[in-house]
Amino acid sequence: MMRDVIKRIMGTSLGLLSRLGSSELLERLGWRGATQQAVYRGTKVGFEAAQAAARRFKARKAGDHPERLARPSQPKLFDLRPTEEQEMMRDGMRRFAEEMLRPAAEQADETCTPPGELLDQIHGLGITVMAVPEGFGGAGQQQSAVTNVIVAEELARGDMGLAYAALSPLAVVQAVVDWGSAEQQARYLPPFVEESFVPAALALLESRPLFDPQALRAGAVRDGDGWTLHGEKTMVALGETAQLFLVAATVAGLGPRLFLVERGAEGLAVEPDPAMGLRGAGLCRLKLEGTKVGHEALLGGEGAEGFDFEALVDRGRIAWGAMAVGTSQAMLDYVIPYCNERQAFGEPITNRQSVAFMIADIAIELEGMRLLMQRAASRCELGRSYRREAYLARAQCAERSMQIGTDGVQLLGGHGYVKDHPVERWYRDLRAIGLMEGGLLV
Amino acid sequence: MICLEIPKKLRPLVDQARQVGEYVFRPISRKYDTAEHEYPKELDILASLLKGMNEGGGGTGAGAGGLSEKKKADGKNRNGGNMATVLGMTELCWGDVGLSLTIPGQGLGNSAISAVGSAEQRKRFGHLWAAMAITEPEAGSDPSAVRTTARLDGDQWVLDGEKIFVTCGERADAVVAWATLDRSQGRAAIKSFVVEKGTPGMVVDRLDKKLGIRASDTATVSFTDCRIPKDNILGSPDIKPKRGLSGAKKTFDNTRPIVAAMAIGVARASLELTRELLKRDGIVATSYAGTQLTAHAAEAELYRMEAELEAARLLTVKAAWMADNKIPNSVEASMSKAKAARVGNHITLRCVELCGAAGYGERQLLEKWARDSKILDIFEGTQQIQMLIIARRLLEKPSADLR
Repeated sequence: MMRDVIKRIMGTSLGLLSRLGSSELLERLGWRGATQQAVYRGTKVGFEAAQAAARRFKARKAGDHPERLARPSQPKLFDLRPTEEQEMMRDGMRRFAEEMLRPAAEQADETCTPPGELLDQIHGLGITVMAVPEGFGGAGQQQSAVTNVIVAEELARGDMGLAYAALSPLAVVQAVVDWGSAEQQARYLPPFVEESFVPAALALLESRPLFDPQALRAGAVRDGDGWTLHGEKTMVALGETAQLFLVAATVAGLGPRLFLVERGAEGLAVEPDPAMGLRGAGLCRLKLEGTKVGHEALLGGEGAEGFDFEALVDRGRIAWGAMAVGTSQAMLDYVIPYCNERQAFGEPITNRQSVAFMIADIAIELEGMRLLMQRAASRCELGRSYRREAYLARAQCAERSMQIGTDGVQLLGGHGYVKDHPVERWYRDLRAIGLMEGGLLV
Repeated sequence: MICLEIPKKLRPLVDQARQVGEYVFRPISRKYDTAEHEYPKELDILASLLKGMNEGGGGTGAGAGGLSEKKKADGKNRNGGNMATVLGMTELCWGDVGLSLTIPGQGLGNSAISAVGSAEQRKRFGHLWAAMAITEPEAGSDPSAVRTTARLDGDQWVLDGEKIFVTCGERADAVVAWATLDRSQGRAAIKSFVVEKGTPGMVVDRLDKKLGIRASDTATVSFTDCRIPKDNILGSPDIKPKRGLSGAKKTFDNTRPIVAAMAIGVARASLELTRELLKRDGIVATSYAGTQLTAHAAEAELYRMEAELEAARLLTVKAAWMADNKIPNSVEASMSKAKAARVGNHITLRCVELCGAAGYGERQLLEKWARDSKILDIFEGTQQIQMLIIARRLLEKPSADLR
């Protein structure tokens, strides 16, 4: 059943892709001529997004209980082979990343805007649909942290910023599936299985040195029938268009919790917030200046069964680990042919150990990162403890992927420093791994 | 289905090896570090125990002798002898690296015999404790430069030359020695020969005094007109120029993850003890809470080392898993060794530093482990040799271009 759904989804969208062809699509979308910076466009598009949010999220008849996804059965052996479904997913994503994301990355980085049609196409690959339970029209049956990291890795191999944008709604959907009430699921999940991409983002990170997710400054206080939110969130994806934000804020007596905040909520301001990298995600800052939301905005309600903020943080770190692996793989794939062709002193520079060993190191550390990250994801999916594994994966990915980023630029020398090659973008993107919290979820 | 957990069925073996490390090795660790070259007689009982385990456990022995299953690939996922061996070795070396290297009957020569020997040879030499003799005074990382010669005289091979750094060279029942049939034909002419102890012309000249792994004897062995039976050659006596050192490489693909496992074992020992010592001063790095950036500097360092160790461990298990499943793993074997050996050395040294004089003094084993770990980044191919292997493969370069 699962496989059929994937086949159907992938068949349609990949067919669509091959018909369009990447360069033709670029022309059609007019990206080449896009000059306007996101910074100046935020307001208008944001207003449209708010209108869309109001149209899209409606109270629907809810069941007696929320629907959760089951866990896969426990494997008995150590195994590095993905399932057949995961292999299909991986190959499809890899092709999509190569043909669609990579060519769009430079422009998205420059304009700080993920192209809308591209996001629709990614959505067409079924990533979000497969996280939504069947009761809401999705194809989701099982928790699939491993599939998620495979997808994240492949998309980030195309471009990390665009991958962040593409996977942001998945984070929101998964949180609602895992922790939302029956009413919240009925209101928020159905739009995500519709044909077009629904921009939504999980907002956790705050802008200050030594940010610790356990010590959020954003807070929520009870206010009559609902809640009032204060504080700021940053590095949130899809700033211009997101219709729904899942905002982390501390509630006295409850600790850190998540709030469903629709675009257009009273007292919510969204500002572009470009950074060193991840620019293609359309980064924004949320200003919660007494933002008013209803009592039903608290994810899972006050007694949210099984809500686990630490798990949210850990699952985010695993996802960013997957992003680190994807972009580091892109770096390795890029430097090998470049350095093999690059001549100095009458021979390829890879004839020198100082160059060759740097590349070997990238390959070694990349594989170590990948295994740590996959182990954390697999334990998460199987319902085993994964706090330690997520922490260690984060530690390793943060340190090693930045090394890979800086070594990649170094290997290209001056050519690595200019925008003729993507390695300087990957360098900027990889700096995010050690500091990002939330935003993504496996 | 992706799952990176050690299977339940291998747990008894891991536990047994761990107990050997804890109750057999640790109590005599310092004794044989101090009394270098003294034979650790306590290990004789262990050898018979391990033999029983190997025979009873379907070839999933804890030592290097338990390698190499001759099963065909059938698409079914296997966690077999290679994985069992690296897991067992990790635990033994968590106990003591030097003693693990000198378990009677578990020599590297045994790995070579099981990897390249014929069925008949595996049977004939299977009961022997076999050491490996490759390195020569003028041939270290470049074994194709070996000068020890072998020439056929009637139905005997005649060996002449000198081998150094032979682990268990004195204690083993036999050595597997590399020798060339014809120096002018380079690596293709290099073959390995089983020379049993007591063969006239084979002499143990000296034992080295070392930085670490002092419980393990490291010998210089010389061959002078040393005659062995014709069928003591491992593999074919024909010189096939295209084949090169393929037999040796095959052995290394199996043994490099084992050396990686050794590094993981000793590094884990250091990390565990350091964590315990730091705990007495209120430094606790087992909550995995918050961020590395807000942790105490020593805590953050413990986490960083643990992450490095875990990456090395998974690379090693991966290489072994590939071998179990008949997936070619030369690169992965070298990656596991390169990463684990450098991480193992770094961790053991850093732990001494973190523990200060308590780590540097001989009352604890931390300083010993920091000495022991260094060899693991040298033997079975140095760090630099592993990097060459990996780089040549990644860049698709012959050794003539990337030297």
